[in-house]
Amino acid sequence: MRQLIVLLSGFVFAIGLGISEMTRPEKVLGFLDVFGNWDPSLAFVMGGAIVVYAGALQLAKRREKPSFGVRFRIPTRSDITPSLIIGAAIFGVGWGLAGFCPGPALVAASATVTPALFFVPSLIAGIFLHRFIFDRK
Amino acid sequence: MEPLTEFTPIAATIGGALIGLAAALMLIFEGRIAGISGILSGVFKRRTDEDSPPAWQATFIGGLVLGGLVLMVANPPVVTTGLTLSPLLVIAAGLLVGFGTRLGNGCTSGHGVCGIPRLSIRSILATLTFMGAAAATVYLTNHVFAFGGLS
Repeated sequence: MRQLIVLLSGFVFAIGLGISEMTRPEKVLGFLDVFGNWDPSLAFVMGGAIVVYAGALQLAKRREKPSFGVRFRIPTRSDITPSLIIGAAIFGVGWGLAGFCPGPALVAASATVTPALFFVPSLIAGIFLHRFIFDRK
Repeated sequence: MEPLTEFTPIAATIGGALIGLAAALMLIFEGRIAGISGILSGVFKRRTDEDSPPAWQATFIGGLVLGGLVLMVANPPVVTTGLTLSPLLVIAAGLLVGFGTRLGNGCTSGHGVCGIPRLSIRSILATLTFMGAAAATVYLTNHVFAFGGLS
């Protein structure tokens, strides 16, 4: 049952990305092209997601623990570190180059969108590069 | 210049609400943040967590893949691109996104969708930073130099 809910969550996430066309890099680049032919759609994607998730947070607040699992694992850190800002900036440059962030890239690659098929192996390589440099245990 | 894409506020809002719903499922049932970069990274970790179903990260990514396959069959236009992006540019982008999201502890889903509604100062700053860096990159690669996907 737990696995089924997790699978469903991934599935619904992908359908949401598809309906909003975040799976198409031109849609994302169009949003980021603030000084060109700006397409504000992505702001509405964020808006829709944030409103629904804010409701879920209210629901979670009234519960002691999630339906499965022993406790909520919600990040509590509030320290602003150089790695947070530098990491976000590096991510932003990559996002602006190809118009893919991790979720849409995985969905588009599954649907055999050509640039996503190049992007995903490289995305995973980037994750391993970070692990190799910072997480050698 | 003709806009490449049309402004689609209704589809965007519905799609966004579904993304929020998917993230809400993870929160209410598993008590977890639906951050895709973190989940993808977790697929490649050999760390067992007694409080979660085994390999739940792989299950979540499996759901994403299943969704991609369904979209390809049911709604092909949303999983096509008219852009011709150079493979080298795309590979460089992938490396930057993979490395950057791990260094910055999250991407559009973890910091944006799940972090902003919590009013997390880290997530709000991260989101502003990656949005700003991405917009600057699009400007530079398409309007100053001409090697971006829009130029």
